Amino acid sequence: MSADQKSKINLVVNSEGKPYWEGAAKGQLLIRTCNACGKAHHYPRTICPHCFSEDTAFVAASGNGAIYSYSVTRQAKPPYVIAYVTLDEGVTMLTNIVDCEIDRIRIGQKVRVKFSEAGDGYALPVFTSA
Amino acid sequence: MGINGKSYIVGIYEHPCRAALDKTLPQLHAEIAKGALADAGLSKDDVDAYFCAGDAPGLGPINMIEYMGLNNVRHMDSTETGGSSYIVHVNHAAQAIAAGHCNVALITLAGRPVADAKEGKPVRYYNQQAPDFPFEMPYGPNVTNMYAMCAMRHMYEYGTTSEQLAWIKVAASHHAQHNEQARLRDVVTVEDVVNSPMIADPLHRLDCCVITDGGGGIVMVSPEVAKSLKRTRVKVLGAGEAPKHLAAGQVDLTYSGACWSGPKAFAEAGVTPTDIKYASIYDSFTITVLETLEDLGFCKKGEGGKFVSDGNLISGVGKLPFNTDGGGLCNNHPGNRGGMTKVLEAVRQIRGEAHPKVQVRNCDIALAHGTGGLLGSRMGSATVILGSEDA
Repeated sequence: MSADQKSKINLVVNSEGKPYWEGAAKGQLLIRTCNACGKAHHYPRTICPHCFSEDTAFVAASGNGAIYSYSVTRQAKPPYVIAYVTLDEGVTMLTNIVDCEIDRIRIGQKVRVKFSEAGDGYALPVFTSA
Repeated sequence: MGINGKSYIVGIYEHPCRAALDKTLPQLHAEIAKGALADAGLSKDDVDAYFCAGDAPGLGPINMIEYMGLNNVRHMDSTETGGSSYIVHVNHAAQAIAAGHCNVALITLAGRPVADAKEGKPVRYYNQQAPDFPFEMPYGPNVTNMYAMCAMRHMYEYGTTSEQLAWIKVAASHHAQHNEQARLRDVVTVEDVVNSPMIADPLHRLDCCVITDGGGGIVMVSPEVAKSLKRTRVKVLGAGEAPKHLAAGQVDLTYSGACWSGPKAFAEAGVTPTDIKYASIYDSFTITVLETLEDLGFCKKGEGGKFVSDGNLISGVGKLPFNTDGGGLCNNHPGNRGGMTKVLEAVRQIRGEAHPKVQVRNCDIALAHGTGGLLGSRMGSATVILGSEDA
């Protein structure tokens, strides 16, 4: 596999991330939030990276966001769009932009989550034009 | 206790090979160690400290010390921060020498990604245990698109253009034409860069560095040992290192860890960016150089595009000669780890041993900076400031 090709999706589901992937499988984007400091973070962790509290939990995100930055990997077949999307909840996550005309994608564009099949009943949160 | 003036670089070596099909990885390390020690006028038995990073096979220093027969080592360090590791090592070696833990420190880097690919060896996979892995790898991040997103955002916020980024490659190519060992020696134009194939928007093929085998080594010593040697000594004036990451989802791709490692190095050296006569800036991609120059304070944030334009980085032409060996963009990027070669060319400049066509006149103070990992997610940044004996 060349570095320019997008790897076949092979999810690594560990105990810390399992609820996240189970949520995605049910069509829900979950964001880890801290009950002590009130802040959300991503990727999800048991201990809050803002205040080190262990009082963290997954909460459902709205699924709405905007593109912070993106790039089209042109040499891949087919080309794909990698992006950072800032969710309305304030955290930014790495993702793909799908089902869009790739040459019309812009920073600031409003996007909405959708879920792509990732094998073994799991799904991967990706984004498309809102 | 700082490191300013407490250690010297007295030996360097850049392996001439760019494809190492007939050499093993440990062999490259040993050839480099031999070359750097010969340059210093020291022997392997003088070495009492050894530094290597993740490129060294096995348990790093343990295996390499045995392989090379370094029999007097009493200080080891295998700090791994990707391509910036070797600049971190210079800092750590300076600290260890200043603290009296060692007198002769050897740092080596070697890699053979070209040979490994030709031999069909699998590319080194990122550790699945890394906490970010499950949440990032499914989306197809690779080195180019993760730097490209920084360029895209920098363009959006500051109006930086592809033509401005191209000037960085143009400057590197002007220098590489004089380096017989450089992987790419043709001088290119801004048009050549922006018309080269798009790899990951907005980065073109010529915005990307070369992939090469080989490596490099550094020998650092205490002031007492330095005085006993014939070689022109290069003083370590200051250093800084810092991580930068995605900050729990508060992502900002427009700056690097240089905004923290740089000020620390300048403060320790007691100099400012205007004192720097020559800069080696890690150039994995053109955008890496642009953001680093801003973060180190050579220009204001957002004005990097203007700063690098019109040949401002070309030796003899512009205000800040950079990467006069051709850098990673044109000369050498051994093992995909560019921090080592950045130190080597800065040492050559201070010694007055750079190629005459690119040698900076009266180069008494130089800077070398490394970025390891990914500018678009998490990185180790390291800065070192070097000077002549009188600096």
